[in-house]
Amino acid sequence: MTAKVSLATVWLDGCSGCHMSFLDIDEVLLNIADRIDLVYSPLVDNKVFPEMVDLTLVEGAVSSEDDRAKIIKIRQHTRLLIAMGDCAVTGNVPAMRNRYSVEAIQQRAYVENADLQRQPPTSVVPKLLPKVQPVHNVVTVDQFLPGCPPPSTLIRDVLLALLAGQKPTFAPRFG
Amino acid sequence: MSSVKTLKINGKDVSARTDDTILQVIREHDIFLPTLCHIEGLSAVGACRLCLVEINGSSKLRSACVTQVEEGMEVVTDNERLQKYRRMILEMLFVEGNHVCAVCVANGYCELQWLAERLGVDHTRLIYLHPDKHVDASHYRYAIDHNRCILCARCVRVCGEIEGAHTWDVAGRGINAHVVTDLNTSWDSSPTCTECGKCVQVCPTGALFKKSRAIGEMAKDNHFLPYLKTMREVNKNDR
Amino acid sequence: MDREEFEEIAQRSRDEAAAFAVHVNICTSSGCVASGCEHVKKQAEAEVQSRGLQHTCRINGVGCQGLCGSGPIVSVQPDNVLYHKVKPDDVADILDHVGQASVPHLELRQDSPFFERQQRVVLANAGKIDPEEIETAMAAGAYGALLKVTTEMMPPEVCKVITDSGLRGRGGAGYPTGLKWGTVAKATNSTKFVVCNGDEGDPGAFMDRSIMESDPHRVLEGMAIAGYAVGASEGFVYVRAEYALAIKRLKRAIHQAEKRGLLGKNIFGSTFSFSIELRLGAGAFVCGEETALMASIEGRRGNPRPRPPFPSESGLWGHPTLINNVETFANVAPIITNGSAWFANIGTETSKGTKVFALSGKVNRVGLIEVPMGISLREIVMEIGGGIPNGNQFKAVQTGGPSGGCIPADYLDTPVDYESLRKLGSIMGSGGMVVMDDTSSMVSVAHYFMAFNMDESCGKCIPCRVGTIQMVELLKRFTAQRATHDDLVLLEELCDMVSQTSLCGLGQSAPNPVISTLRYFRDEYLRCIAPVTESA
Repeated sequence: MTAKVSLATVWLDGCSGCHMSFLDIDEVLLNIADRIDLVYSPLVDNKVFPEMVDLTLVEGAVSSEDDRAKIIKIRQHTRLLIAMGDCAVTGNVPAMRNRYSVEAIQQRAYVENADLQRQPPTSVVPKLLPKVQPVHNVVTVDQFLPGCPPPSTLIRDVLLALLAGQKPTFAPRFG
Repeated sequence: MSSVKTLKINGKDVSARTDDTILQVIREHDIFLPTLCHIEGLSAVGACRLCLVEINGSSKLRSACVTQVEEGMEVVTDNERLQKYRRMILEMLFVEGNHVCAVCVANGYCELQWLAERLGVDHTRLIYLHPDKHVDASHYRYAIDHNRCILCARCVRVCGEIEGAHTWDVAGRGINAHVVTDLNTSWDSSPTCTECGKCVQVCPTGALFKKSRAIGEMAKDNHFLPYLKTMREVNKNDR
Repeated sequence: MDREEFEEIAQRSRDEAAAFAVHVNICTSSGCVASGCEHVKKQAEAEVQSRGLQHTCRINGVGCQGLCGSGPIVSVQPDNVLYHKVKPDDVADILDHVGQASVPHLELRQDSPFFERQQRVVLANAGKIDPEEIETAMAAGAYGALLKVTTEMMPPEVCKVITDSGLRGRGGAGYPTGLKWGTVAKATNSTKFVVCNGDEGDPGAFMDRSIMESDPHRVLEGMAIAGYAVGASEGFVYVRAEYALAIKRLKRAIHQAEKRGLLGKNIFGSTFSFSIELRLGAGAFVCGEETALMASIEGRRGNPRPRPPFPSESGLWGHPTLINNVETFANVAPIITNGSAWFANIGTETSKGTKVFALSGKVNRVGLIEVPMGISLREIVMEIGGGIPNGNQFKAVQTGGPSGGCIPADYLDTPVDYESLRKLGSIMGSGGMVVMDDTSSMVSVAHYFMAFNMDESCGKCIPCRVGTIQMVELLKRFTAQRATHDDLVLLEELCDMVSQTSLCGLGQSAPNPVISTLRYFRDEYLRCIAPVTESA
């Protein structure tokens, strides 16, 4: 009996739809449960990223300094990094802000459209990067799983292939 | 002179009419060759460069849509090099505009999206330009979102060649090139537009769409094209 | 007009000139206009008038005499003295010294390599004739070759002379001119066109402008001879609108030639008719590409289209069309007059004749030069150009404009001909030659030319439209010293992809500035790669 594969999932700037799609693999989760260890995820309680993880699924684009620091750190502690979903792969909807300046966006969000406390946040909320980036612009990505979200069947097939030690083959589709 | 030519495509012998293009023969034989600017029924312009093929082992590539067949020609439509170039062309289209498939009216009906899937484009190393492009929604039935335009100029051609209105044309150059209605005025003020909607139907992406359509609802139907083209030619010959 | 009348006009013009004991020739080309030659000319005319010399001394406005960097240039004949940087105040001094020793501080010595190394065929009359007066051109032999072909030669003979001469296209690619003429001549269509490409747009190139400004008749004559040879009766000169002076002089030259019957119906009493129209480019570099140029002449957007069909088969409005560059046409008349053997004697085995270059950049003598093919780059840069200023070292010479490449010091002894330059990853191009010294950053040079190509891409095909801007964005990372190895890999992939897949010659050659600098100055790119930090 070989050791279990450690799996992490990360949620950067995205809508959590990819995580939903991941959960949508339903009974397959049960089938693979004895082969994987979910060591870090928004779905579990662990707050510290382990020393080394075999496989990390990243949802979302890199939008804030927080995202950036997080993904750089995670890359250093991950063997195989998978960009999951269009936000992680292309920037997608979060990157639609890239044609505007951060100031203009905060002005719109926190001043023009706000009723109370009409001012951009100065603490707690992570500082936005000037441009939203796909994950591979910041760190090396080993596998791309486009889709908004990637269909659960695709996530399932890729996971099963990787667990079987094979290179997954599939037709990627944006959107 | 013989009115028939024989040539080889991917090592297979095929016959063709003298005035056939390589692309016509390829399509006749159900061989897959990606195209974006080309559409059956409109003139070929060789702009998208997706249908580049190798001929007679020469490294100089030719676009199949504008190259006529020649006797004894040996055409290669697919190899590693061509695939690499084609993927890069698609990547270029994704980064030059603002293509957000997830929120596009043509999601699921887009030729660019479909070709990326078919050719295995799963990400790009190119630099996203995030250009500041606008939307002209002034027309009461149709709209154009320049963020999704890939400048195939099908709208320009269908409007000029089939509808005969020539409302659309291209303005600007290089990365700033864009399609315009008439002399770059808003669509609703166009005195030439007949509101036929052909441009919307031939548009390969969600750049041109019907206003009543929401995300993933803008299916395109351009089956009318070859028929209308034939009718125009018949009319021309009658005159 | 018949032969006698033609010769009479030429002779009369020569006699008129001979009646003046002294000729003061003032350059009136763009370079010298910029440094104020018009004031010099006005002052000279006033001075001659006030000294009462108007019957012995003639002030002539002439074309380019070469050293455009030190204008206004003035020459005094028959003393054969050349002056540079002449100011209106110097005119009195110059006139005082006529027939005596020259004015020392203004004199430009003609025994320098700049003059001695040159061989003027195309520019033979530049600086000698008044480009605005057809009679002075005729006195120097203009339209004599046209007279010869229309009265003594059959069209195939003319094609044969051009073929035998070995003349190749001066626009850049070096396609054999005779072959092109022969192809158009053999087309059976009744309507054919001749087009002169004067849309010179390379940064740092002003050869064609100088030819058109200095000797417009030479170009028109070449076109008419071509029309006779290929069976065309209509020609177009396509000139970029920025060349205001060239346009003015071409217009005037066409008008004067028509008036004299040298263009129009039944030239020299033959059955040959030929008219020339001027078309102006509206500022798009791509219109120098022949298919885009033709679209522009037809009144459409100046976009290239795939070839074949080539213009010689299907050109303007679908008719067979001969397109040659200004300098190519300017070579025709001397070849007809002196014979193909004379021309073939100049230059190398595969590159015949002379080539006009616009020498600029970090070089002591900037200007327009005409040299025999096969001359070495070293002779051009170090001898004609007088070497590198400020004690700096030569680093590279850029030839062929934005479609060309940079040639480093190791290859300075390369002979200038089509094949040798191509082998080095550059091209002859239309003749721009920009010298760079050891203070120039080759990555910046590549960035400059790529930015030019990006701005001038028409946008029709994707590889050129998007590929050029991607390359520019990557080069920006290099010039900002924050590139990565992946950026270099991507840059090289783009070089390959854009050159292999673009629709027209402009896109196919657009990556050349990067390809050639990567070939010879890769270390400079590597030095722009930021050290890998721990966070990345």
